[in-house]
Amino acid sequence: MRLSVENLACERGERRIFEGVSFTLEPGDALMVRGRNGAGKSSLLEILAGRLIPAAGRVLLRDAGERSLPECLHYVGHRDALKAALTAGENLVFARDFLGDPALAPPEALAAIGLAHALHLPVAYLSAGQRRRVALARLLVAERPLWLLDEPSTALDSASQEILRLLIEAHREAGGIVIATTHAPLALAGAQELTIERTPVLEATS
Amino acid sequence: MTGSFRALLVRDLKLAARVGGSGTMGLVFFLAIVTLMPFALGPDLNLLARIGPAILWIAALLATLIGLDRLFQADQEDGSLDLLRLSPAPLEVVVLAKVLAHWLVTGLPLALAAPLFGLLVALTPEGMLAMVTTLLVGTPALTFIGAIGAALTATLRKGGLILAILVLPFMIPTLIFGVSAANAALGGTIPFSTPFLILIALSLISGVVGTFGAAAALRSAE
Repeated sequence: MRLSVENLACERGERRIFEGVSFTLEPGDALMVRGRNGAGKSSLLEILAGRLIPAAGRVLLRDAGERSLPECLHYVGHRDALKAALTAGENLVFARDFLGDPALAPPEALAAIGLAHALHLPVAYLSAGQRRRVALARLLVAERPLWLLDEPSTALDSASQEILRLLIEAHREAGGIVIATTHAPLALAGAQELTIERTPVLEATS
Repeated sequence: MTGSFRALLVRDLKLAARVGGSGTMGLVFFLAIVTLMPFALGPDLNLLARIGPAILWIAALLATLIGLDRLFQADQEDGSLDLLRLSPAPLEVVVLAKVLAHWLVTGLPLALAAPLFGLLVALTPEGMLAMVTTLLVGTPALTFIGAIGAALTATLRKGGLILAILVLPFMIPTLIFGVSAANAALGGTIPFSTPFLILIALSLISGVVGTFGAAAALRSAE
């Protein structure tokens, strides 16, 4: 699939956050979104994930068959979308059955991210970094070409960050697309960069 | 599509069983209201038996409201709602699965417990049967109507009160026809089938309106 974004603008609470954001991504591409706090990095991902409606511009999807954009993507946001009362395994089984297109089995996905022992542990018992890794394991249980990662390396130790980098590279080699916002330099080979700047608030002229 | 529906249904039932969820809370609330009534009204068995169906229906309606505010709010808070939007199934199917799971753990136990609680208000065996039937048919209407309010207030921090104010007026027709069907079964001038068929119609209409309304409310929510 191919994703192109033209002249996207975002408004929140009647204030223009950013405008004129354009990019095109081919299979195997990665895009790192940078910008200061509050510049609208997360809002950009939320627009792509279908959570926010853009104020202007459009998002085009090509070569994706009959699937709509939300059916083609994984979204890992600030909130980990895990149910604390269920075990890590049960959370992943739900994600796989719910999202369709099953890939790895939940135990294998957890093993790939170095959390094999957490399979039968309720998510409530896991640390912040471990929860983040369970959320990332969701990327592996269902096959989706576009990964939207909002600060994926938050709370991860350096070993886990390296695992994440390898997972992203493997996904790109298989023809997937990754869009990630991050402050920490995640050394991805040949990644495009996009810097979002907040639209300056115009002074009222008297 | 059926895979997503089943996965979500199973997850919500599991969660309800795991946390001890809103099902038991509604049931306890139901029991509390019904138990208090005879103490307030006095030991006049004829009076209790006459207003018993009304007491049970009001208690069931209030018990349904309890826990309804968490229907979508819990998923909104932990980010699960963003995951639910990525489903290959339309949002309406997602809503239907969640509401069905919610009814199975709240509405259904209320209907099944009605004969037991009917003892406290001196209901006759025919009265108990009428209560189970009308609650079984009527509580889906309450849950579906409540789902629209739950979807509208999903992003509000203290949405429970607004939810109750929003949906209570729309639950009144269900209450009227539920109580009149139960009373008709115990004798009276109107045949049982007249209010009972209207009750069924109310449940079917709310099933459609509630599913599409709640999905639309979730879509427009930021």
